[in-house]
Amino acid sequence: MGRYSVFAIAREAFRDHSGWTRAWGNPAPKKRYDAIIIGAGGHGLATAYYLGKNHGLKNVAILEKGWLGGGNTGRNTTIIRSNYLQDPSAAIYEKARGLYEDLSQELNYNVMFSPRGVLMLAQTEHEIRGYKRTAYANALQGVSTEFVGPKRVKELCPIMEIRGPRYPVLGALWQPRGGTARHDAVAWGYARKCSEMGMDVIQQCEVTGVRTERGKVVGVSTTKGDIECAKLGIVVAGHSGHVADMAGFRLPIDSVALQALVSEPVKPCMDVVVMANTVHGYMSQSDKGEMVIGGGTDGFNNYTQRGSFHHIEETVRALCETFPMISRLKMLRQWGGIVDITGDRSPILSKTPVEGVFINCGWGTGGFKAIPGSGWGFAELMAKGESPLTAEFGLDRFREGRFIDESVAAGVAH
Amino acid sequence: MLILSCPYCGVACDETELQPGGEAHLTRFGPDASDADFEGYLFRRKNPRGVHFERWRHAYGCGKWFHAARHTVTLEVFGTYPAQVTEPPPDILDAIAAKVPGWEPSS
Ligand SMILES: Cc1cc2nc3c(=O)[nH]c(=O)nc-3n(C[C@H](O)[C@H](O)[C@H](O)COP(=O)(O)OP(=O)(O)OC[C@H]3O[C@@H](n4cnc5c(N)ncnc54)[C@H](O)[C@@H]3O)c2cc1C
Ligand SMILES: [Zn+2]
Repeated sequence: MGRYSVFAIAREAFRDHSGWTRAWGNPAPKKRYDAIIIGAGGHGLATAYYLGKNHGLKNVAILEKGWLGGGNTGRNTTIIRSNYLQDPSAAIYEKARGLYEDLSQELNYNVMFSPRGVLMLAQTEHEIRGYKRTAYANALQGVSTEFVGPKRVKELCPIMEIRGPRYPVLGALWQPRGGTARHDAVAWGYARKCSEMGMDVIQQCEVTGVRTERGKVVGVSTTKGDIECAKLGIVVAGHSGHVADMAGFRLPIDSVALQALVSEPVKPCMDVVVMANTVHGYMSQSDKGEMVIGGGTDGFNNYTQRGSFHHIEETVRALCETFPMISRLKMLRQWGGIVDITGDRSPILSKTPVEGVFINCGWGTGGFKAIPGSGWGFAELMAKGESPLTAEFGLDRFREGRFIDESVAAGVAH
Repeated sequence: MLILSCPYCGVACDETELQPGGEAHLTRFGPDASDADFEGYLFRRKNPRGVHFERWRHAYGCGKWFHAARHTVTLEVFGTYPAQVTEPPPDILDAIAAKVPGWEPSS
């Protein structure tokens, strides 16, 4: 496949760019793999990558019913941060954020990680207390965050109206090394490396059944035929309930639509990410100049990748108050993704009742930021049967009452 | 926009008038329930790609809870019915069977 570099660009410039090859292969499925990953989103691809890189497991296929990165990985607002409250969350999200720092070098693919800083606004007394508590927790966890006052917020983001009217900005939790990355590139970069290691990324291949013998997985049925495997990783986000059903177990998950929208491109006006959880809106500016806006989820189960319009109205209304200048912007595009919301709003990285079947899901509205850390931990879990990163995220926590309750700390916005 | 008619007032309500309440007909087990039963009641969800029975509250109307049968992929509504039942009434099941060939209620 060749290395991407400045020399490669120069070389190709002299031969009409005829030497670029496909970034990943387009193979037909083999009869058998050591491990199959269902779902070529960021989490599935990262899992496969670290299975190969950290554990030497390379006879691996990643099966995708659509196109790679076409699920939530290619639909999110790309916010990356690790300022969570609970220790297990901080550990896995900070692992991910740390890996993002040099992911472009690692993958030899520009994922455009931009640690521009993330501001989470406190707009009520309750939020001030909550975020101060998070800042103290982060200090103990070794995650670099700080609670800043309104004056500093205004310096960091001059286009913000901090005086209200409804919800004046009272301060913010500031994570200077949080930011954004190019979502498609994360999927593409991992896919290219997986392909380079000899793994098969198979698109247009929907898994329609999970085959078991005596409580142990032996393979999957797909639209491209039956494929055998020794281990199976289910990494299908909003479709987790559906695929788990094929394997014969039920999850603590509801699938709902989450929406985002982007404006027409404008000149650079905001070089940080701002999240406002009380009023439910978040915004950043893409390199193209578009204002990227994320909103709230619908409250009902939905698989249509299309949310209700009134949520967009609510989000835009709230953001117009905090950023009066956007009231004149035209919105260009709007879309939705199906997110997998768990009972305690934290992800599941776990063994399952079926031997050999592992599940990585429940990232809900906030899993883009976690992709490298999740892949790292889940690969270890699949290869060795346990991982310190995933230990607290097991399915049994719902029976045992050991919740990782981030809903207070993280809200819905990510 | 989702429109459901409230079985009590007969009003066709916009989604903004309603509060969603999640999966319907969950059994809450008594004091001797096993951990698994209680976990099932609190967390395990069918979350189907297909027909879903769910709870809604006419929050900005009569304020009462009711049930709806809805398809989660087509967003088609098969009907709504009062909350005082533990399973979908026959006319709702017939309406679903007429529109979703081969559909069977799962346990
Ligand atoms: C609008 C929106 C905004 C968001 N904003 C942010 C944000 O700012 N920051 C953040 O961190 N997170 C955000 N998220 C959440 C984030 O996008 C997800 O948590 C993350 O992308 C999940 O990745 P994944 O790989 O698990 O799932 P996906 O990318 O959805 O991949 C799952 C794949 O599985 C495939 N699949 C499903 N069923 C089958 C089958 N039967 N056979 C084969 N393949 C199958 C699907 O086609 C899909 O490609 C947002 C999400 C949305 C929708
Ligand atoms: Zn009513």
